[in-house]
Amino acid sequence: MSTSTVPWVILFAPLVAAAAILFVGRHSKPFSAGTAIGAALATCLLSWWLFFQPDPQGLLRIPWIEIGEDLIVPFGITIDRLSRVMLVVVSTIATLVFTYSVGYMKKEEGYWRYFAGLCLFLFSMLGIVLADNFVMMFIFWELVGASSYILIGHYFTRDSAADAGKQAFIVNRVGDFGFLLGILALWFATGSVIFSEVKAGVEVFDGPALYLTVAALLVFCGTIGKSAQLPLHVWLPNSMEGPTPVSSLLHAATMVAAGVYMLARIFPILQLAPSAPDVIAWVGGLTCFFAALMATQQSDIKRILAYSTISQLGYMVMGIGVAPVPDVAMFHLFTHAFFKCLLFLGAGSVIVAMHHEQNIWKMGALKNKMPLTFIWFVCGMLALAGCPLTSGFYSKDLIIEWAVVRIPFLGWLSALAAGITAFYIFREFWVVFMGAPRTEHAKHASESPAVMVIPMGVLAVAAIAAGWPFIERNFFTLEAPRDVPHLLHPFLYVMFLGGAGLATFLYRNAKTDPISIPLFANRFYIDGIYDWFVRRVQDGGASLLSWADRWVVDLLVVQVPGKAVWACGFVLRFLQLGNIQAYAFFFGAGVVGVLYLLIFR
Amino acid sequence: MPTLAHYLLVSGLLFAIGLGGVLLRRNILIIFMGLELMLNAANLSLVAFSRYFPASDGLPQANAQVFVFFIITVAAAEVAVGLAIIVALFRSKQTTHVEDLDSLKF
Repeated sequence: MSTSTVPWVILFAPLVAAAAILFVGRHSKPFSAGTAIGAALATCLLSWWLFFQPDPQGLLRIPWIEIGEDLIVPFGITIDRLSRVMLVVVSTIATLVFTYSVGYMKKEEGYWRYFAGLCLFLFSMLGIVLADNFVMMFIFWELVGASSYILIGHYFTRDSAADAGKQAFIVNRVGDFGFLLGILALWFATGSVIFSEVKAGVEVFDGPALYLTVAALLVFCGTIGKSAQLPLHVWLPNSMEGPTPVSSLLHAATMVAAGVYMLARIFPILQLAPSAPDVIAWVGGLTCFFAALMATQQSDIKRILAYSTISQLGYMVMGIGVAPVPDVAMFHLFTHAFFKCLLFLGAGSVIVAMHHEQNIWKMGALKNKMPLTFIWFVCGMLALAGCPLTSGFYSKDLIIEWAVVRIPFLGWLSALAAGITAFYIFREFWVVFMGAPRTEHAKHASESPAVMVIPMGVLAVAAIAAGWPFIERNFFTLEAPRDVPHLLHPFLYVMFLGGAGLATFLYRNAKTDPISIPLFANRFYIDGIYDWFVRRVQDGGASLLSWADRWVVDLLVVQVPGKAVWACGFVLRFLQLGNIQAYAFFFGAGVVGVLYLLIFR
Repeated sequence: MPTLAHYLLVSGLLFAIGLGGVLLRRNILIIFMGLELMLNAANLSLVAFSRYFPASDGLPQANAQVFVFFIITVAAAEVAVGLAIIVALFRSKQTTHVEDLDSLKF
């Protein structure tokens, strides 16, 4: 074992497990689960081991695609602080979620298919983390998309699940198209796709600065799609159709985190592109605020968390845009991974206890029935809401501080969003766990098995403690801004207490939702606009093209000449008399005709 | 003294008789004979041209005469093949009349 072989083992262990489950797993549930958890655990332990090793000497790189001198794409692995932290996060969360899945999926269909999908998903994500060039990252990026399609559409017999899988895939295509164009633009400018060489190339690039900005923003399009930023966020709430552990994995460590990780990876390149960080910050800040507003009026236990994820991703993206080091955003990614994963697993535990009822207005008073789930959920909730001394408090405040210093409007907007965050998560908490039970299922709910509760406990500890300075110091080198307005921190405390207090006041004994804001409940009608666009503009265009295909191409170009040739043939075949003398006569007459033309004309 | 025109006239007549035989007669053997007649009409005009347009040294054109030999050889080969086909045709159809041989009609 050495630091140059371990990364390969980490990368390929889940793939091997996925293949093994695919070939053997359908006959045995314990084999599927055991192989998957074994692979994840091996990945996790090796990642932690690798984390404490010094950077490996020598490049981990094997030649892969070489087209002439211009396009050289190695299959290479980056081991630096960034990727080691990310490896630890991804593999730890994955191990816990895999374990939890054993309990959650016990009675579900497609057990082996599910675990094979999880392993493939983990493999793809690890590929993104370890990639040392754009092309490799893009390939794993697409693999994440493909495996998320498999997992979101796990209950593919349900139309809504199949549609959600398709939507996730197609919406991501839009962003990935920009990503690919951005990669091509950077390759065109620097002649390389390897991160370090692209950075060196961008430093000496002497073309127009606008070119770099456009290229960086095109690459950022990939993040908009994958990390569900406005306006491509619509797929993420719909991806709730997948099994809850998948949502948890998708929202915490893999998939959506990939977009932020990619930005952190190319952070030095972004810094060299004028105004690109500003645009990124604005997209992130607005996403953060509007997604938080959308979350306040949802009634599906998972959808609230989904909009919350979009909002938190907005913080991270804004962190990339405003902070001078990528670690600020990565810190929030790190803490968010734990508490959001925990919240989703808690929601999954509730959903199982409620016999797959997801409407929060049919729950209530679950605190007595599910005491452990309740405690873990509270830990995650406090971290998300930014309660002082929990992990979310440290990481979110740091981003807001930077935003206030750099772009004051965005800073205060995101501080306001922090208050809204506290409001919607406390709303969910009061309605689900407190008050009176609203249905029979809620009265007879029972605690989930240990295999589900224990992973949540581990995450709960991490959700509280991951942000404490003496722990976080081992993972990140953070920089705090100077000259933070003195008003900011009191304002943030007010926001937290105000949001939580308002939710408590409104929802403590609510039977139904006391406030109704259609604009928020309908997600600012953005889904409706897309629906309208697809239904009217795209379907209209498609029916026009279909008309053209049927009447112009099929009829005028294909059918009419075809029938004309057939008709000519029909007429001409009456000349085929079968009599050799008639043919000889035609031949002779033809010769006479040609001679006549040649001689007398 | 016959001139070139006389030879060509005879050649043309031979060709016309051959063509008429091919077009009008019913028996496939007679049609075949008509074909041979047309070939020999061509031979006659070639020999006549060779005689009346001598080469620069005063001798007849050798090219035309050699060409005639080729035609005679090819005609002989053609007769061998053609007669064999006609015999095979007769064996299968029991007829040598071309009106009865129209199975290539659509």
